[in-house]
Amino acid sequence: MPSIKETALKHGLSPDAPVVSFDDVSISFEGNEVLRNVSFTVMPGETRMLLGPAGGGKSVLLKLVDGLLKPDSGRIFVFGEEISAMPERELFKLRRRIGMVFQESALFDSINVEDNVAYRLNEEGVAPEEAHRRVVEALEFVELGHAIEKFPSELSGGMRRRVSIARAIITGPDLILYDSPTGGLDPITSTTIIALVAKQRDVSQTTSLLITHRLQDAFTLAKHYYDQKEQRLEPLPDGELEENTKFLILNEGRIVFDGTTLELTHSEDPWIREYLA
Amino acid sequence: MPIPLPSPTAWVKSKLLALQEYSLLAGRAFRSLLTPPIYWGDIFQQMDLIGVGSLPIVVLTGFFTGCVLALQAATALQEFGAVSKTGNLVALSMVKELGPVLTGLMVSGRNASGMASELGSMRVTEQIDAMRALGVDPVRKLVAPRVLATVFMLFWLSILSMCMGIMGGGLVAVFLLGLDGHAYFTSTYSALVWADLWQGLTKPVFFGFIISSIGCYFGMQTKGGTQGVGRSTTEAVVASSILIIVSDFILTRFLIGILGR
Repeated sequence: MPSIKETALKHGLSPDAPVVSFDDVSISFEGNEVLRNVSFTVMPGETRMLLGPAGGGKSVLLKLVDGLLKPDSGRIFVFGEEISAMPERELFKLRRRIGMVFQESALFDSINVEDNVAYRLNEEGVAPEEAHRRVVEALEFVELGHAIEKFPSELSGGMRRRVSIARAIITGPDLILYDSPTGGLDPITSTTIIALVAKQRDVSQTTSLLITHRLQDAFTLAKHYYDQKEQRLEPLPDGELEENTKFLILNEGRIVFDGTTLELTHSEDPWIREYLA
Repeated sequence: MPIPLPSPTAWVKSKLLALQEYSLLAGRAFRSLLTPPIYWGDIFQQMDLIGVGSLPIVVLTGFFTGCVLALQAATALQEFGAVSKTGNLVALSMVKELGPVLTGLMVSGRNASGMASELGSMRVTEQIDAMRALGVDPVRKLVAPRVLATVFMLFWLSILSMCMGIMGGGLVAVFLLGLDGHAYFTSTYSALVWADLWQGLTKPVFFGFIISSIGCYFGMQTKGGTQGVGRSTTEAVVASSILIIVSDFILTRFLIGILGR
């Protein structure tokens, strides 16, 4: 497993500086406060699991990280740049370093899988042959090489999520945001998606934030690694835990837990114990 | 339980906010057309959808409006023994008013609704957010091409509608009213002066902007799933149709003031 320093340098990041930093962030919609004084950091190479009851502000938090929403107060830093004070034009440039997997995939339904996955490459003016090669590579990564010419309406929910992951990783982003990638999927498909998330984490060491409602998905990521040779998830030896996988739990817009897997499982907080039970 | 009445202050605030949002969107769309990247592929695709796609309804509307206008004009003019002036009336009505306004209303019904529903569906399925997340400006990619394509194509569609109206009026004048074809077309030609043409050709530019910017605005503001898409579509057609009629009055007054007729 590469060190944080190696991971950070691989992505052109400073090993000591956080990739994402929230400083006392609050946001409301129509008088309803969704996030209240949220502060946390995500370091290079870290996989941060966002847990919490539905409506707790997790998706809003992820959209704030990508600059899709602006906070009412507080400051947000991504790659050391304050995005909460950045105009939209500059955000477009910054977002090119971020991959996002949306809750319902958000594939463009009027274009096929190849054009969806190549969307960012086409916008950047990459040559068609090069774009095609990289699309094939990204689709092979999510084991969907055969679906390249299909349209989103012809795909199952799980396949759409995998195309969405391929679209997010095709440019080799320095940060990936997964908004409930297993939401609404059957357990077998969910496991496939989690294996892909682990594959991206262990192969590319990309910093990521992942929302999930399924505790077993979170703990699978914390207790397993992706075996590239066997191409499947394997448990870490001797009950070890993946040290770069950490947890952030939100409830009613506030952070109720921020720490490692071990700290989470040993938490004495009655609400967290009940939530984990 | 009685339904609470909305506060007048809140209502006014919400309308002012909507006006501000609309102005910002229109301004950003206009600015996007002045700086690269300009999505020419999307512009030509929209020109095809809006212009070529609207041809049948514009041709039919223009033609039959001209026919009806000739019939009605002849009835009224007969009282003064001036049936031979039918061509003048058809030409002036079609060029100055009915051509641009009816084409605007037809294209509004077809395309403002189409834009609102297409962009609205993209909005509620997070495709607009996905576009932003992929580093692409949705205003530049989706709104600006629609605005430019509608303004450009409505101009030509209005000219086509005017021609079809005069032609329809001519057919009625010749075959139903027994007028001389040559005399009819000569009177239409002689009735029109440059000021009339300026009036008829200025209006579609404004109407095209209204149709596309309103359609895109309601689409981009859609909330509330499929029900919200339906609501946006209806509101886009209603708002753009009303604005076409209202702006027609203002433009007519303004152009008469400038052009003298």
